[in-house]
Amino acid sequence: MIRGIQFTGIASQEELSASPGVPTEERFEKGPVAVIECVQEIPCNPCEHSCSSGAIFVGEPITRLPVLDAAKCIGCGECLASCPGLAIFWVHKNYTDSTSLVEFPYEYLPLPKEGSIVPCGGRDGAFISEGRVVKIKKTRQSDGTTLVRVEVPKDYFMDIRTIVRKGARDV
Amino acid sequence: MRVPFHPILDDDEEPDCTIYHNGEAIPAKTGEPIAAALLAAGVKVFRETAKRRRPRGIYCGIGRCTDCVMVVDGEPNVRTCVTPARAGMRIETQKGLGEWKAP
Amino acid sequence: MEGSMKHAQIVIVGAGPAGLSAGIEAAKAGASCVILDENAKPGGQLFKQIHKFFGSWEHKAGVRGYTIGSRLLRETEELGVETLLDAPVYGLFPDEKGIIVSYMKNGREEAVLGKKLILATGSTENALAFPGGTLPGVMGAGCAQTMVNVHRVLPGKRAVMVGSGNVGLIVAYQLMQAGTDVAVIVEAAPLVGGYGVHASKIRRAGTPILVGHTITAVQGKTTVEAVSIAELDADFQPRAGTEKTFEADTVCVAVGLSPLTELAWMAGCDFTYIPSLGGHVPIHNENMETTVAGLYAAGDITGSEEASTAMEEGRLAGIAAAESLGLINKDEAKKMKVAVWASMNALRTGPFGQKRTEAKAQLLESARRPQ
Repeated sequence: MIRGIQFTGIASQEELSASPGVPTEERFEKGPVAVIECVQEIPCNPCEHSCSSGAIFVGEPITRLPVLDAAKCIGCGECLASCPGLAIFWVHKNYTDSTSLVEFPYEYLPLPKEGSIVPCGGRDGAFISEGRVVKIKKTRQSDGTTLVRVEVPKDYFMDIRTIVRKGARDV
Repeated sequence: MRVPFHPILDDDEEPDCTIYHNGEAIPAKTGEPIAAALLAAGVKVFRETAKRRRPRGIYCGIGRCTDCVMVVDGEPNVRTCVTPARAGMRIETQKGLGEWKAP
Repeated sequence: MEGSMKHAQIVIVGAGPAGLSAGIEAAKAGASCVILDENAKPGGQLFKQIHKFFGSWEHKAGVRGYTIGSRLLRETEELGVETLLDAPVYGLFPDEKGIIVSYMKNGREEAVLGKKLILATGSTENALAFPGGTLPGVMGAGCAQTMVNVHRVLPGKRAVMVGSGNVGLIVAYQLMQAGTDVAVIVEAAPLVGGYGVHASKIRRAGTPILVGHTITAVQGKTTVEAVSIAELDADFQPRAGTEKTFEADTVCVAVGLSPLTELAWMAGCDFTYIPSLGGHVPIHNENMETTVAGLYAAGDITGSEEASTAMEEGRLAGIAAAESLGLINKDEAKKMKVAVWASMNALRTGPFGQKRTEAKAQLLESARRPQ
């Protein structure tokens, strides 16, 4: 199958590497950071305005891909719920020696409880590893979007992007 | 089935009245389209076509296609997707073109 | 008739994003406005849009559709725009003082005389023919969206979505949010039609999107019980041996929209045919004015698009209509229109907007050609 978001709905590794919103390997080592997996030029810029550190730049025209200034990004995660495409994630790679934290928007019921162990999946929704729910956030600013933070094995900090949903299965 | 709880939207109100589908009582929310109350009760067949008696149900949901017409309180060809439910309404599967009763 | 007839400087048909925005701009300029809508509730399709809108932050992007709808309604109320609901318009009659708009209200024929008329009637979903396509359980994606988001009722337990444009992707997502599983999205074209970020949400939920596939048949006695799909060859014909069948009780059809142009035809507007805008659309100029003087069109009637651009087109029509009544001076109106065009053009940039920009340019070009 041809890879790439236009064919599969999933951003390919090549697309992610080329994206100006995805931090470098070195930046992940330094602490929590936003990961903007926005690889297609669509007219949209709320992320730029959500960042109080001025770390996200879209500019004109508003179809430009968001550029993350990873040096300015303080890893606050404010931008996650601002993205109408739910394409921004938050990653703290070196949470412990063996685990990372990954936060993602999750707009489904039921919501897991903090502390529970949940099946975590990748960009295709398939199971990768179990993870522990560290935090559930639903604020007025997030306007209904719940943010779920999970602790997962460090190997998967760039792979795990969701909780595996029931009801989904391969055709 | 109804959706009382939703990840984004506020909790929904409970049905507050009863309507009758082919004589059977089903719960409804006053003002919701008749079609919504029927779908919530698992009713999908709204009418039968005139010639071949084939089943039809809701299609467009905005009052344009007329696939969802039923007999409501004796009046045939009522678009159930845009007609609000009221307590005590009697809804019947429409067979063919329906018959208007003499006034 | 004259005695009982309502009068307004500007009459608007359609209380969706375009019509409400037109009413707001016109009323701000001091025009008396009446908006007519056949539905029981205003807002058009905005209140079923529970996702956050794209676009520019300055123009309400990142805000959910229903919130935008509530804001528009509040503004029209504050500005004293009269909105008549349950009032389907059935006739337009030119008059020396303007245009008489006839509508039904409470089973009676009524009319309003407007000096200017803005048509913001929206669009309707296209249908698709396939064996079993008339079985109950097959429905327009917009219908399913209204059911889950507005009426809070599930159309079924497990659905198949036909079409991967933004409507197909968004409705599939919202079905899952409400509790209907989506088994698969099939797309006849070789590429996903809508925004990649919407597609990614679907994929993260575990639902496959199969491009180059179509629905071949629906099985069931009195309602949908199973759905068959197949891969398409280069000529868009099902490839032998690729058919798959699976259980589902719902099929949602999201294969494009067609502008609702009846009233524009009735008024005698000149039309042009632009497939990427949804078919026949009334020709209009930069002021959204059609070839019938004093008659404007805005929103999906001029080519189905997003609510965000519909609002901008509505604003343009409202400003231009008010200007033509002398309520806004020429220089001021020009400034306002330039600003609206700039924000509309921004929404139409990028690979997705490019085609739209070209189609709209073609539409504006037709207005310049002598008919």
